Amino acid sequence: MNNAVEFRNITKIFYKVVANKDISMQVHAGEILSLLGENGSGKTTLMNMLSGIYYPDGGEIYVNGKKADIRSPGDAYALGIGMVHQHFKLIDVFTAVENIALVMDRSSRFNLKQVYEKAREICSRYDFQIDLNQKVYRMSVSQKQTLEIIKVLFQGASILILDEPTAVLTPQETEKLFKVLRIMRDEGKTVIIITHKLHEVMEISDRVAILRKGIYVGSVRTAETNESMLTEMMVGEKVSLNIDRPLTDEKHLRLSVRDLNVVNPEGIPVLQDLCFDVFSGEILGVAGISGNGQKELLETIAGLVKPRTGSSIIYYPDDDRDSTAQELIGKDPKTIRDMGIHLSFVPEDRLGMGLVGNMGMIDNMMLKSYTRGTGPIADRKAPKRLAVQIRDRLHVVTPSVTAPVRTLSGGNVQKVLVGREIAAAPSVLMTAYAVRGLDINTSYTIYHLLNEQKQRGVAIIYVGEDLDVLLELCDRILVLCGGKFNGVVRAERTTKEELGLLMTKMADDSKEGGKKA
Amino acid sequence: METLFAWILRAVPFGTIILYGAAGEICTEKAGNLNLGIPGIMYLGGFAGFASAYLYEKGAENPNMALCVLLALLCAFAAGAVGGLIYSFLTVTLRANQNVTGLALTTFGKGVSNFFGVYVLNGQTATQSMVYKTFQTRMPFLSGLGTVGQLLFGYGFMVYAAVLLAVGMHLFFTRTRTGLNLRAVGENPATADASGINVTRYKYLATCIGAGISGFGGLYYVLDYNQGIWATTGQIEALGWLALALVIFTTWKPLNLLWGSFLFGFLYWLYQFLPNVLGITVASYVTDLVQMVPYVVTIVVLVLTSLRKKREDQPPASLGLSYFREDR
Repeated sequence: MNNAVEFRNITKIFYKVVANKDISMQVHAGEILSLLGENGSGKTTLMNMLSGIYYPDGGEIYVNGKKADIRSPGDAYALGIGMVHQHFKLIDVFTAVENIALVMDRSSRFNLKQVYEKAREICSRYDFQIDLNQKVYRMSVSQKQTLEIIKVLFQGASILILDEPTAVLTPQETEKLFKVLRIMRDEGKTVIIITHKLHEVMEISDRVAILRKGIYVGSVRTAETNESMLTEMMVGEKVSLNIDRPLTDEKHLRLSVRDLNVVNPEGIPVLQDLCFDVFSGEILGVAGISGNGQKELLETIAGLVKPRTGSSIIYYPDDDRDSTAQELIGKDPKTIRDMGIHLSFVPEDRLGMGLVGNMGMIDNMMLKSYTRGTGPIADRKAPKRLAVQIRDRLHVVTPSVTAPVRTLSGGNVQKVLVGREIAAAPSVLMTAYAVRGLDINTSYTIYHLLNEQKQRGVAIIYVGEDLDVLLELCDRILVLCGGKFNGVVRAERTTKEELGLLMTKMADDSKEGGKKA
Repeated sequence: METLFAWILRAVPFGTIILYGAAGEICTEKAGNLNLGIPGIMYLGGFAGFASAYLYEKGAENPNMALCVLLALLCAFAAGAVGGLIYSFLTVTLRANQNVTGLALTTFGKGVSNFFGVYVLNGQTATQSMVYKTFQTRMPFLSGLGTVGQLLFGYGFMVYAAVLLAVGMHLFFTRTRTGLNLRAVGENPATADASGINVTRYKYLATCIGAGISGFGGLYYVLDYNQGIWATTGQIEALGWLALALVIFTTWKPLNLLWGSFLFGFLYWLYQFLPNVLGITVASYVTDLVQMVPYVVTIVVLVLTSLRKKREDQPPASLGLSYFREDR
């Protein structure tokens, strides 16, 4: 069999973080290959190197048997490689035809009519329903995706890469997309599809290649595998991390979430009928493929996102006593914060939410306390004490507490962020990706901090990416799948495979699972 | 009636200056670069064009008129383009903040031009020179055709060139591949990049050519509107800001320049002519207040387009942002 693409020892490093490590794999001509892996396993990075967005730091790429030096998306086009990115690369104010014209062959004469005719032809061949004279900002998500595919086909690409194409589609639209992909394969084109969804992998692909933490695990023919085998390859052997999980005696109901429904600004549901409870003295883990509603969940509890009517989040500040229970929905973020519910969210770029990069530690402490006290002059003494205290206790490496936090390393920034929230003595602490990008030692410092809080009787919600950590640190783990509740498991009694399966495949009796929790 | 004609004859050249300035800025902003250095660039263009023609005429034994005009145009364009090049290097290559860079360029352009303007020209005027006369030459025959002829054809050639420029830019943006690519760069550079368009090249070229075009505005100001006098050019800066306002007023569409610029001209000269037309007298201190009207109109347009939220009337989506492919 011919190889359409061959990666040889590909390595890519972003700011000391190894995204792809020594990857060698082949993509056969005329097949549909699923590229499977957890978040941050380097799937998109690898494909971006094939499509010319990134350039590898090491290794070689061979396309159709010839060594290829892909330095720009233009180079990739010339080699017949087209990619449909997860975030569409379309110009909103252009019509479909104009968007297609952007990628037309530069040597041919510029003629929008001709582009229209040729695109029309592609549409009828693959049965695409799309108005080519419509502006992109008026299109639905699935229409935009169709347009992206037309763009790739228009250039005559023979190797098509799709980055999580079904994440934004309804099941019917997905079915239609798969039909198109099969037609393409039958025409001899090579299709690479990046996905987390196991049942789709089984349905559409001929072969599956698996990446784990930037390393190529291997590939299997789809016909010779099953979902649990794939999960195992994807999540890997359980690694023992020896994270403490201190037991606490007293557990009281802190938060009770019922029928939580959230839609994003585009009107797509991101959280559906979520029901669960959070207890004091416990760490509740939240597992799920990224973008499955974790962020929205925390933001809704923190009052930053407004859920749909009918949702309810009851807060019990005073151990189990119903008399003091309060509904959180409808309260503004500051009120919720003042009630002791704190959010420390570490976004991908770390600084984006919660800290101001150009300000020092003291000023960042003040972000949360500037309203305190009377008179027009803010109190700087207390924040300064706090900054010094956090620096000393968490061993934040900084030249001074006034040095801009953006000059600190990622780990230290996170310590500041988490430290500030903990210092406010919360009763509910929500943290997302608290150890993202941290080295081992710093990660353990953060785990230790969380455990300390847990023993103090704080209810902790921990959104994490690393399943090994979730399994060892948390008491219970809530699993989200496509924004829906897919069970709560006790961490000590579950396995990595079970978690992996729950994350990628909706259990049939999900509703009942919700009650169980 | 007389007053109205005089008003038009004043408004059109005024509008032409800012038409050039705004046309250049539209070209720049379509590539996503917000060049606030236009006032400075118009200074540079005005000075370089004027000084080169003036020195050539003084130095050469038998100065050739066509060459003289060409030299003025070329130098004005080149000086503006150099301003654009400085801006591009700082904002595209070094990814400096666009607002700060633009404002610095305004100060820079004004300072440099005034320094050399005084140093080289030493307060000289070119009212008797050939280049000035050429720029002042009205359309032959046509301008003689009574009042209408006067109103339509009683201006220097650069007025008509400006009209052609605006139409040409419209066709360029809508009908050509380069124009489409340029707009794509300003809307979404990542998409343009993924489509194989060289974002850096487009940004550089659009900014330099745009700045060159804006330079013509300065040249026209000195050699026609200001009648070949360098010493009283303090107004260029105000006109530069007005050109930037005009870009917003036109909602980034070159065709709107055709009426927008002349409307601004009308509004600017409102203070002198309207009282006459209405037959009233107005205190002199009202002048400054009335000169503000073009800006007020711009704000009204901004409010209206913001309220209507029509996507086509919005600025290029990535205006003011720098682009780096491997940003994560």
